[in-house]
Amino acid sequence: MAQHCEDAGDRARAEVAVEIIDLHKWYGDFHVLRDINLKVGRGERIVICGPSGGGKSTLLRCINRLEDWQRGRIVVDGIELTDEPKHIVAVRRDVGMVFQQFNLFPHLTVLENCTLAPIWVRRMPKHDAEALAMRYLERVKIPDQAHKYPARLSGGQQQRVAIARALCMNPNIMLFDEPTSALDPEMVKEVLDTMVALATDGITMLVVSHEMGFARQVADRVIFMDEGQIVEINEPKGFFDHPQHPRTRLFLEQILR
Amino acid sequence: MTTISDTPRSYLRQVPVGRLPPPTTQAGLFGWLRSNLFSTPGNIALTIICILFIAWAVPPLLRFFLIDAVWTGTDRQACLASATNPQPGACWAFVRMWISYFVYAFYPIDQRWRVDTFFLALSFGAGWLLWPSAPRRDLGAVYFFVVLPIISFVLLSGFPAIGLAAVPTSLWGGVLVTIVVATVGMVVSLPLGIALALSRRSHIPVVRLLSVTFIEFVRGVPLITVLFMASVMLPLFVPERFSPDKLVRALIGVALFASAYMAEVVRGGLAAIPRGQYEAARALGLGYGRMMALVVLPQALRVTLPNIVNTFIGLFKDTTLVFIVGIFDFLGTVEAARGDPKWASPFTSVTGYVFAGLFYFICCYGMSRYARSVEAHLSRAGRS
Repeated sequence: MAQHCEDAGDRARAEVAVEIIDLHKWYGDFHVLRDINLKVGRGERIVICGPSGGGKSTLLRCINRLEDWQRGRIVVDGIELTDEPKHIVAVRRDVGMVFQQFNLFPHLTVLENCTLAPIWVRRMPKHDAEALAMRYLERVKIPDQAHKYPARLSGGQQQRVAIARALCMNPNIMLFDEPTSALDPEMVKEVLDTMVALATDGITMLVVSHEMGFARQVADRVIFMDEGQIVEINEPKGFFDHPQHPRTRLFLEQILR
Repeated sequence: MTTISDTPRSYLRQVPVGRLPPPTTQAGLFGWLRSNLFSTPGNIALTIICILFIAWAVPPLLRFFLIDAVWTGTDRQACLASATNPQPGACWAFVRMWISYFVYAFYPIDQRWRVDTFFLALSFGAGWLLWPSAPRRDLGAVYFFVVLPIISFVLLSGFPAIGLAAVPTSLWGGVLVTIVVATVGMVVSLPLGIALALSRRSHIPVVRLLSVTFIEFVRGVPLITVLFMASVMLPLFVPERFSPDKLVRALIGVALFASAYMAEVVRGGLAAIPRGQYEAARALGLGYGRMMALVVLPQALRVTLPNIVNTFIGLFKDTTLVFIVGIFDFLGTVEAARGDPKWASPFTSVTGYVFAGLFYFICCYGMSRYARSVEAHLSRAGRS
């Protein structure tokens, strides 16, 4: 256990959190990801936007190997992702993910959702895992819902539980796959606020989102993807005020109208 | 009502509308009668027809089975028409006389306490597992799936070393055999069915092929055929001394048969689990086994609970087919007893069959009610 913590610490100090090199992916004949090259620095906060079908989510899902690829390499926290199950599990322990549809486990209470992976993957004693879960539920401001089932919660609350569940594994990197797209408008803010608070903690974040206000406020870099390619990467100010590529300009005009 | 302002195109509510009780035509006994029994002319006609049918059918049945029925007696004379009872009804005296045969069949009389102990131990384990708020249900599972089978085997078959005389299975019968076959069938078919269902969804082609072949073969063949094959064909291939006991062969046949059906039921439940559940589990670092055991199967089994119980009910009734291969289950004992010339009377057979029907109905209806109560419990907890 101590050995493992030391390893994680070493990796956390490494400069590069995620490195993607010459990545290509096909679904059958369809070329979804084309020549993706990206280095994400430790503690960096990245927002990926672009039209749907552009490969944003697929790229994000490659980073914890929910999707495989045909060409190229991905190195996460110094671990190269291959077919080797040990490496995949090691990366997944270090990378938390939040989904568009929350994907909470409906048969478990909020607290059990949060303690499941710490107990069964990290081998944490139940009591410690519950204390840890309560700490994170307090951070996402729903400790009072701990013993309810997810179906009893609003969408915004469910998504905050999903964030707490991912944080309970103490990840170095968090992936957010359109975390507010399935929410009613009045619940978007509570989830974004939670994510902003998380961003100030210095955790590495990759967020697929169309929340441009969030991108402006939090992102170190914004990535625009279209047709499976990275079209433009820039700091938020430059990205929004002076988009370079015509495709980026068109996209921004359409969503900021 | 009171708050519409003067401008017709805009409106601002001034006084909130409180909650009102529903109209009386929809509430209370009258409301219920009206909406359920007398809502339309067709409904009224149906209600009247049903009342007439009940009035026509129920009193004669009550008279035959309860009022005119013969409850005591030592032989057929009691159940025949006589001066004191010119029109005798059901012959319950016959059932009372034969009841211990129905339960134990040929199990030696001085050893029957062992069967009673088995029934007690089984009910205790079943109660422990099935009562949702029982303490330490994990221990209950260990008891039911590990301790109980060993105790039962030692008790029922005997273990001469500790003074329990051996009782060959050819002497077992009646309710004992029905319960043993049904319980073993259920306890084996659920895990085996789950394993088959998971194999059928496996990414490894050989595993998938084996599972599909087994399931489709068993489902394409009647249970009677499986039982015949188990009891007649198996001994042809296996040398006599390795050939398992007749009852064990039937147990294996029933369990494998039920497993194939259970596999299809569980597969339906697995298909109902959204992909996001698998992805969330994998993203948290859970491997295949834990993902299935902790996330997917608990949900899949909950979805399929009604179908699982349905399969169990079917299995319970199918146990009567072991009679075909010469094992005396409960129905077999009734069948044998009703041929007893000492009790030959016009209504002996009817009474025996009705008694058997009641037994199966109570068992199956009990299972069905239990499943419903668990479903209601789960949906109250909001786990849907």
